[in-house]
Amino acid sequence: MVGLIVVGCTIATGLALLALRENINLFFSPSQIVDGTAPSNTTIRLGGMVVSGSIQRGENLGVTFVLTDLAEQVTVAYEGILPDLFREGQGIVTQGKLDSSGRFLAQQVLAKHDETYMPPEVNDALRKVMAVDQ
Amino acid sequence: MSLPRSDQSGHSDISLGTAFHRLGSPPSVYRLATQLTPWFAWAAVACFGIGLYGALVVAPPDYQQGHAYRIIFVHVPAAWLSMAVYVVFAIAGAVGLIWHIKVGFIVARTSALIGATYTFLALATGSIWGKPMWGAWWVWDARLTSELVLLLLYLGYLALDSAIDDRRTAGRAGAVLALVGLVNLPIIHYSVEWWNTLHQGATVTKLGAPSIHIDMLVPLLIMGIAFKMHYLTVLMLGVRAGLLKQEKRASWVKTLSPAR
Amino acid sequence: MREFFAMGGYGAYVWSAYFLCVVVLGGTVAFSITNLRTLLRTLSNSQQGPSD
Repeated sequence: MVGLIVVGCTIATGLALLALRENINLFFSPSQIVDGTAPSNTTIRLGGMVVSGSIQRGENLGVTFVLTDLAEQVTVAYEGILPDLFREGQGIVTQGKLDSSGRFLAQQVLAKHDETYMPPEVNDALRKVMAVDQ
Repeated sequence: MSLPRSDQSGHSDISLGTAFHRLGSPPSVYRLATQLTPWFAWAAVACFGIGLYGALVVAPPDYQQGHAYRIIFVHVPAAWLSMAVYVVFAIAGAVGLIWHIKVGFIVARTSALIGATYTFLALATGSIWGKPMWGAWWVWDARLTSELVLLLLYLGYLALDSAIDDRRTAGRAGAVLALVGLVNLPIIHYSVEWWNTLHQGATVTKLGAPSIHIDMLVPLLIMGIAFKMHYLTVLMLGVRAGLLKQEKRASWVKTLSPAR
Repeated sequence: MREFFAMGGYGAYVWSAYFLCVVVLGGTVAFSITNLRTLLRTLSNSQQGPSD
């Protein structure tokens, strides 16, 4: 009896989560913005990598930068304080709306970091090795 | 000796059943817990000493996050234990449910309280880490949300347990809830792979070598052991208290010395 | 020494996280010990006193 309840509840939870699966993603990628999968005129999240050299700072903390998923690119405009990890090549998640010209007007910018942890010297050494290889 | 067997597990393998019951008999568990408590406590003290020194002094700063990443040494062990304790919690509840061993319910009840504490610590320290690095205290991404669900499962169990007066019924109802909640554990672990999350992927438990420098990995693992020893210490103390409460009229309790 | 406490500007975050852990982990141990001692004392008192 108890076993049946456990199995039943587990299956129900599993199915509910499967249904949620599509909606639980935190953000859309630039490709999904370009191909129209992401809805416009509503607040969404956009995630991608900051393209090197694309950061342009304007007046009053205003900044524009380009996000890429290595396939498509979207320009993001934001006004406010950026997180400490915001830099070129960094993974970023922004929240905001698409305007009519395809620019993303961000209200919030969050930085994503990866699961690699190492001292700065090791990173420098790795970069040197990679530079030699290329 | 010719009395008929009166325990309900008579339908299962008799020798296995009696062995379990002897092992799980309150006086022997109490004695074992009392003997083990100082060992776990001193191991915890030693591991926290070495681990904290490694985490705060020996470990170098991170190439991206500077010194802010040092929160990992308390955040990750708390998160690991929040899930590991849940496994113990669910198994102990199941043992109580299937073999009618009351000690199982006591282990489950104590573990739920400690597990909730670790889950809270994982969420709180993660939040303190998220603010300077991500730029937000909280995000509704899959990893954070599923860990919050874990906290709610623990709290739901504790609420259910305190709402039912009869200890046996409370233990059985709670065990069912614990077993159903097990489904959340793989969701927490794989959330960072199944969905786009702000939270980074697994560092130590992923396939292949951990992507963390050895000088950072060693303190992290020692802190993990320290948290485990802390759990076992509090578990031993909690199990002893639970047994005393449950067996206060039993003869073996009356022979205990009041000092310790 | 001052550098150690500054944590490269992240001192407030790092130390508050560690402080929280010390308080909570130490608190659970202290609570468990007090709880057990109280129980043992009540049980031994009830044995000496009139039987209920």
